[in-house]
Amino acid sequence: MDLATSDRYHAMSVDSFDTEKLLTNAARQRDARRLNEFPIFDADAHHYEGESISEIIEFIDDDILNHLARANPGIISGGRGGYQPVGGRITRYPLRKIEETPADGTHRDIHLSRRWMDAMGIDYIGLFPTGMLGIGLIPQVEIEVQYARAYMRWLTEKILPTDPRIKGYVFLPFNSPEAAYEIATEFGDKEGIIGFLITSPRYKPVHDNAYMKTYSYIEETGKPLIFHSGLNWNDPLMSVTNRFIAAHALGFTLYNVIHMCNWICNALNERFPNIPVVWTESGLAWVPWLAQRLDNDYKMRSSEIPGLKKLPSEYMGDMFYTSQPMEMPNDLSFLESTFKMINAETQLLYASDYPHWDADMPSTIYDLPFLDEKAKRNILGGNAIRIFDLDVSDRYPNYKAA
Amino acid sequence: MAKEILVGKASDFKEGDKKIVPNGKTSEIGVYLVHGNWYAYANLCPHQGGPACEGLLMAKVEEIIAEDKTYQGMKFNHDEMHIVCPWHGWEFDIADGQAVADRKWSLRKFEVEVRGEDVYVLA
Repeated sequence: MDLATSDRYHAMSVDSFDTEKLLTNAARQRDARRLNEFPIFDADAHHYEGESISEIIEFIDDDILNHLARANPGIISGGRGGYQPVGGRITRYPLRKIEETPADGTHRDIHLSRRWMDAMGIDYIGLFPTGMLGIGLIPQVEIEVQYARAYMRWLTEKILPTDPRIKGYVFLPFNSPEAAYEIATEFGDKEGIIGFLITSPRYKPVHDNAYMKTYSYIEETGKPLIFHSGLNWNDPLMSVTNRFIAAHALGFTLYNVIHMCNWICNALNERFPNIPVVWTESGLAWVPWLAQRLDNDYKMRSSEIPGLKKLPSEYMGDMFYTSQPMEMPNDLSFLESTFKMINAETQLLYASDYPHWDADMPSTIYDLPFLDEKAKRNILGGNAIRIFDLDVSDRYPNYKAA
Repeated sequence: MAKEILVGKASDFKEGDKKIVPNGKTSEIGVYLVHGNWYAYANLCPHQGGPACEGLLMAKVEEIIAEDKTYQGMKFNHDEMHIVCPWHGWEFDIADGQAVADRKWSLRKFEVEVRGEDVYVLA
């Protein structure tokens, strides 16, 4: 196929596409660093569930919404806007459609995931959807609820049971507190489910009393609650920006900033001290910023948050963060300072976000000069094994936590 | 002394062509003919190690700002071509291999020699 480029003299045509070939250098990194000698868990990997939408629609029981979905399958992507592949420069986006996978009964998503996992030396992934990250923006709550249930049935019946290396999260249709509770309890203990997911681009306050029974249930399970951020270029504030880079850099951070503020300022850490809360795909540099802002205000206005028993930054240090898209300043002392403020050795979880455009290889962690081997292994896998209670004996029979 | 790697026949290249040749068992070099000039760079992005030379060759994008400082759009500048790493989109100036967003970073550059019909890269 012909790739879109700037002129005919420098056109590029590609006959085939193979993820393993694209990631040859990742495999070299894996071997040079001996990444296959210890477990690596990627806490934020993705599939394109929209490519399987006809399969997912089969699980929508409501006749009217089933028809609506068949007639308009793109509805799950919502109206977030943007163009992730940088005008086709990230070639795996346009070429993905011509990548061949064996017709052996194993789902294409599994085949593709295994290819890039093996190339990078990743043993296990926590799988997130892609288009559905924006479904919380759809005004019709019943669509989010129906899609969430259909997706979860498809995920837990067709995908997760077929490969123990691929784990999943319960997608909570958060715009309906009742449905969020029902789906949490329906799918929370299914095979391969390791946590609960709230997609961050949405406009519901996480401290609403209507959610407390869902959090109580999550706390009972012992599984983490994950806020996966995203962007919404149509947000009135974001719509002031005219470049995708701005909508992306701000959006992916701000939604988690808002929810984090509400989580802390309503003392939900105190009410649910045993929920491991994980903040995903916002990078890391925002954490020291917000921690300092909240601490400063809290010291003047503690009467407004009487539920807190310590500084906001201390609660933030108890929570968990996925690494991608990790800021990589030329002066690494800035990043080192961030790692220190978030207690990275115990609280940071490696994430690739693959196959999305700003994916991070395991080497982004392994090559950091200020981490020792123990810290690297904790961040790349050990911390996730601990908080997700992962059994890695199938690949590492002698694994012991560092 | 630099190792010579035979790339191929000069006549096999037309404007904008590239060829990626092995440089030992675990690395490659991308050889380009752009605007009549030969260039060669390591197929290894300094960002995260992506295969930079396997990506697109794209013209530089420039803003069009009028004399009154108003924004009038964007255009391609075909005089400056960029190697674009396919993993993340880092762009490198074909002329010197420097990353256009931060010229402190660059692709490793190799010399190219054309002797008769044969094109060599000196690795």
